[in-house]
Amino acid sequence: MAQVRLEKVSKSYGKLETVHGIDLEIAHNEFVVLVGPSGCGKSTTLRMIAGLEEITGGTISIGDRVVNDLPPRARNISMVFQSYALYPHMTVRDNLGFGLKIANMPETEIKTRVDEAAEILGLGPYMDRLPANLSGGQRQRVAMGRAIVRNPDVFLFDEPLSNLDAKLRGQMRVEIKKLHQRVQTTVIYVTHDQVEAMTLADRIVIMRDGNIEQIGTPSEVFEHPVNVFVAGFIGSPPMNLLDASVTGDKAVLDDGVEVPLPAGCNVREGQQIVLGFRPESFAPKGHSLHGDAGALTLRRVVAIAEPLGTETILYVSLGGMDVQGKMLNPRVVHPGEELDFTLDLTRLHVFDKAFGRSVRA
Amino acid sequence: MSRLSIEKPWQRWLIRFGVFVAMAILCVPGLWVVLTAFRPNIEVLARPAVWIPQNPTLDNFARLFGLSSAQQGLPVAQYFVNSLVISITSTLVAVVIGMAGGYAFARYRFKGKATLFLAFMLSRTVPGVALSLPLFIIWARLGIIDTSFGLIVVYMAINIPFTIWLTDGFFRQIPVDLSEAAQIDGCTPWQAFWRIEFPLARSGLASAAIFAFLTSWNEYALASQLTRTTASKTMPVGLMDFTAQFTVDWTGMSAMAVLIIIPALVLTFIVQKHLIAGLTFGGVK
Ligand SMILES: Nc1ncnc2c1ncn2[C@@H]1O[C@H](COP(=O)(O)OP(=O)(O)O)[C@@H](O)[C@H]1O
Ligand SMILES: [Mg+2]
Repeated sequence: MAQVRLEKVSKSYGKLETVHGIDLEIAHNEFVVLVGPSGCGKSTTLRMIAGLEEITGGTISIGDRVVNDLPPRARNISMVFQSYALYPHMTVRDNLGFGLKIANMPETEIKTRVDEAAEILGLGPYMDRLPANLSGGQRQRVAMGRAIVRNPDVFLFDEPLSNLDAKLRGQMRVEIKKLHQRVQTTVIYVTHDQVEAMTLADRIVIMRDGNIEQIGTPSEVFEHPVNVFVAGFIGSPPMNLLDASVTGDKAVLDDGVEVPLPAGCNVREGQQIVLGFRPESFAPKGHSLHGDAGALTLRRVVAIAEPLGTETILYVSLGGMDVQGKMLNPRVVHPGEELDFTLDLTRLHVFDKAFGRSVRA
Repeated sequence: MSRLSIEKPWQRWLIRFGVFVAMAILCVPGLWVVLTAFRPNIEVLARPAVWIPQNPTLDNFARLFGLSSAQQGLPVAQYFVNSLVISITSTLVAVVIGMAGGYAFARYRFKGKATLFLAFMLSRTVPGVALSLPLFIIWARLGIIDTSFGLIVVYMAINIPFTIWLTDGFFRQIPVDLSEAAQIDGCTPWQAFWRIEFPLARSGLASAAIFAFLTSWNEYALASQLTRTTASKTMPVGLMDFTAQFTVDWTGMSAMAVLIIIPALVLTFIVQKHLIAGLTFGGVK
């Protein structure tokens, strides 16, 4: 059993603090993804959990042990590096068995466990090759194999797929998910790719500038982003975010369009707000995800249409900005065509302008 | 790697010819020394010059070791031992310290790092001979003139900065991730170094060792000041034993020069494989 707990964990390099006292609890067997833009402190956090980076403040526990002062080798974790970090002078077999050898495991048992890992990852044919003679995808597998043979309490991944091409990345994503179902271990996975985060995670931790912005299941962070940053970061294409001001129970956009606010919003008359809606909630009549009931109809000219097969992304002007709508079961749309769009009012997100926080009930 | 693109055969031949001439000019003196080592004394000063020894002989080498009736031998064997002891000891020490220093420069941040590194490099710009007088005085006071120890210290001082500089470069090429991965795999930092980083830097360390050894083995200027007797004289200094007041024993000197060259050549050939084999860093993208 290995839950991982971070309490008020912070990291400073000299005078510069890069991780600001974060709290995070990860359950046994949970797959947690740390996601956020580059430089937000994901790797630093992961490396502190691994013991590769000293922590400046706070407490990290793995299982029932506080590991603050334990070296990496005493934490029973394994890690897959972005660079893979395979030992270049060792064959695949020796790479996989290295940790077991260091632990003085008997040769026969090492062989059994290495062969088992190779079997899981399909590395059989490459066991006697050096890493230099492997493709990127194969190296990635070896790195994962090296992590699983040791049967660790916690798996750490630092952007393991970012060196692969898009197709292979998709495949490996599925393999990592399968692997997790098979080996049943706590996983902490770092990525800057929100699609990876959404598809892999039991829970997502969204970070920015050394702080945690929101923790939740993929659907929670997608449906109920707590602030403008999370709203804009999660989802592809991204949520449309428009400035507006409150007049009565309506939000008035910069181009004068009035949008009725959902009931129970914590707003004042005249307050500056940001109105958010996903492209899925904005589509030509008859083409929206949730039907047209309770929707506001707006007649708009299509500026650009991007057909993607089962859906088409439409760009129109609203509130002085370009917004995107997603048209399901699409028909051919030409730029310049004028259509009735429906905006699903039940799926509006409302944030205060000053702090970016959600003010929806 | 940029490739030379030379289309026309005659251009290629011109370049080959040019290289041949340059190499010939470079090699002729060396070749002359080697040939002279195998000729009787009378051929040396013959006019016109005799290139290929007419009566090749090993007598010059025999004389060196006192095996010939013609002349009493010089303590060449002792010089050889002195040279070996001094060169090998100073090389080993320089490589061990250089490796530690190079690793520190490559991996750690510490105060004054850049300045220290620069200072090491600047120390290379001072010609050794310029220090020979102060060295001589200090060594004399310390009572380590004419000892192997005295020379070993000097050669260490010459070699360590260069070895640090070289090994720093080699360790820099090895990603830190590898050591970190090993530590997560269960190694102590010390084990991670010896099992991962050291084997990967081995070719670099071998070349550093070669440079250090050759520097010590061939050094003449300081050794000629700091040594006096067979207790510490090295091979290059021993060469001067062949000059008497009015005569120079050219054949004997050449034979000894060949003895100096051979170990250096052999060593270079042995280690060369290491130098070239350079490991491919396929483990890290
Ligand atoms: N060794 C270091 N010294 C100083 N600053 C560092 C060091 N490592 C990382 N940082 C800083 O810490 C911040 C977080 O880095 P990192 O955790 O690598 O971000 P991420 O993995 O989210 O892209 C960055 O601003 C980075 O510049
Ligand atoms: Mg990172």
